[in-house]
Amino acid sequence: MNIVVCVKQIIDPEIPTEQFRLDPASKRQIRGGLSLVISAYDQNALEVALQLREKVGGKITALGLGEPEAQGAVKSAMGMGVDAGVLVSDPALAGSDSFGVAHVLARAIQKVGMPDLVLTGCVSGDTGNKMVGPLLAEELGLPCLTFVSRIEFKDERVVARRIVEDGYERVEGPLPLVASIISDDSNVPRYSKLKDIMAAARKTVPVLKAADLGVDMTRVGSAGRRLLLRDAIIPQRESRCELVPGDTPAEQGERLALRLRELKVL
Amino acid sequence: MMVDVLVVLDAQGALPSRNALEVLGAAQRLADGSRGKVKAAVLGGPVEGLAAGLFEVGADQVLWLEDPLLVDPLPEAVVAALVGVVPQTSAHVILMADDSRGREVAPRLAHRLRAGLVTEVIGVSAEESSVRFRRQGYGGRCVFELEATQFPVVGTVKLRTMEPARQSPGKGKEEVRMSIGLDPLRVRTRVLGKVAEEVRGVRLENARVVVSGGRGLKGPEPFRGLEDLAQVLRGAVGATRAATDAGWVPLSWQVGQTGKSVSPELYIAVGISGAIQHLAGMSGSKTIVAINSDPDAPIFKVAHLGVVGDFRAVLPSFTATVKSLADR
Repeated sequence: MNIVVCVKQIIDPEIPTEQFRLDPASKRQIRGGLSLVISAYDQNALEVALQLREKVGGKITALGLGEPEAQGAVKSAMGMGVDAGVLVSDPALAGSDSFGVAHVLARAIQKVGMPDLVLTGCVSGDTGNKMVGPLLAEELGLPCLTFVSRIEFKDERVVARRIVEDGYERVEGPLPLVASIISDDSNVPRYSKLKDIMAAARKTVPVLKAADLGVDMTRVGSAGRRLLLRDAIIPQRESRCELVPGDTPAEQGERLALRLRELKVL
Repeated sequence: MMVDVLVVLDAQGALPSRNALEVLGAAQRLADGSRGKVKAAVLGGPVEGLAAGLFEVGADQVLWLEDPLLVDPLPEAVVAALVGVVPQTSAHVILMADDSRGREVAPRLAHRLRAGLVTEVIGVSAEESSVRFRRQGYGGRCVFELEATQFPVVGTVKLRTMEPARQSPGKGKEEVRMSIGLDPLRVRTRVLGKVAEEVRGVRLENARVVVSGGRGLKGPEPFRGLEDLAQVLRGAVGATRAATDAGWVPLSWQVGQTGKSVSPELYIAVGISGAIQHLAGMSGSKTIVAINSDPDAPIFKVAHLGVVGDFRAVLPSFTATVKSLADR
C-alpha cells in the first residue's frame, strides 16, 4: 500500500494578533521571524498514513510545495516516520491559486509514481480554502472522500468515517483514491523521537521544478489565477474586554450574570 | 453587470431550511442589486409546497433535478448532475451552503466547468463588469476581496454569516422539471451507513445561546456543568477542536474552522484559550463571554465580558444566578 501525503508549511497560525502582518503587494502574510509549522490537519493526515502502514505495510511519501524552506515541513514528516519526501519549489509557481496548486501536486504525484492513496489535510491553517483535496482528485481523475477521520482497507477498497453535520457516515470507495483528513481522537499526531528528527535533518529532500513535472504554466503563478486577489483587509477589532470583578470566584460568577442582565443579554 | 445566480438546494421539506435561506439571501441581494435572476436548483424530485416557499424569497425559477441518485445524494452525484445543468441556466454565479457536501461539490464542479471558486463567502456584490466576493483568511485575521471577471464562478456561503433571504416575491414563477439520468457507474463512492449524534434540546448551529468548553476543562466530566447552564439558557453546548480531538465530546459539537460556524446572541467560552481555529467559527457572535484562569489567553481579545478565574468555582454561582434571574 503506497500513500502520498501532501504537507503544507505555514507560518504558525497561533501567533498573537499584533504579530500578524500582510504584505501589501502579494496580500500574503509576512513571515518576519515567525516560526514555521506543518499545517495542523496535514499532521493528522500523516498520522492516518502511519497507522495504515503499521497495519498493512507499504511506503509513505510526504509531498511539499512551496519556498525552499518548506523542506523543513517535509523533513518534519520524515521525522514522524514517513519513508520518503519530495519538495516542489519553483519561483514561477509563486502566487498560484488552489487550482494551480492542485495541478502541480497532481503532476508531482504522477512523477513519483501513482500511489494507492493520496491524503491531504481537510483545510490549511493559513488561507483555509478547503479546495486542494477535491481539486487534486479531479486533476488525477480519482474518486474522493472529504473530511474523513479514519481509514481502513477492505478488499481493495477504502472504508472511511466521513464527518457530517450531525454525526458521521461510513463511506467507501475504490483505490486509488484521494481523501482529505479531519482530526478526531483516533488520529492525534504522534510525537517524533529525537533520534528520528536528527536522522531526518541529515537527509536531503529532492527538489523538483515545474519543468521537471510538465506543469502547464498557463495554470500556475499569479497569472494563472482564476480570480483576482484585489485586497486583504485586517479588520480592526475592538478589543475592549470588560473584566468582571469580585473577591471570590463565586462572586465573579454572580456578578457576571447580573451584568449580562444589565446589558439585556439575559 | 446583471448577475444571474443559481442556488443549489436540498429537497428537505416544504419550507426552505435556515441554511438554504442564508444562501438565497446572498443570491437575492446579488441579483436584486444587478437586476439579475435567481434560479433555485433543488436536488431530488419536486416537493409539495417548496416552490411557493422559494418564490416567496426571491426565486424566479425553480429547477427540480430529478434522479434517484439525487435523493440524499453523495457529492459525486451532485457534481455529475450540476455539470450538465449549469450550462443550461446562463448563471453567472453558482452558490451553495458551505456544508459537508458543498465543501466537496463546489471545488469539483468548478474544476469541471473551468470556473473560478470562492469558499466560505461572507459577502458578494455585483460591480460594473465583475463580481466581488469577500472571504476570511488566516482564520479570520483578515478579509480577502476576490474579483471574478470570467463566468461562471462557484461560491460556497459561510453559514451564519449572511442575512437570510427576506420575503420578496420573485419576478417569474416558473417551475422546470429536469430529468438528469445519471449513470450509476459515474458515482464511485458509496455510503454504507450513518450514525447521527443525539441532539438534546436546540441544535448548536441554530441556538441563541452557546456554552462551549475547551482544553481547560481537562476532561469530559465538566461538560455536564456546561450542559446544566445551557439548559437553563435554553441553549446548546459546543466545544473546541482540543476537546473533540481528546474524545471528551462528539465531533458534532465542535465549533470552529472544521466544525460548526455559529453566531448566537450569547457565546460563553469556558476554559477556551481562543485558538484561531476556534475563533473562525464563533467570532461573529453578538456577545462573547470568556471564563478562563489565564488572563493572557487570546480569547479575552475577542470577548466582550470576561472573568479571570477557575471555571469550576465561577460556573456554579453563575448558573445559579442565571437560574434565579430566569425564575424571577
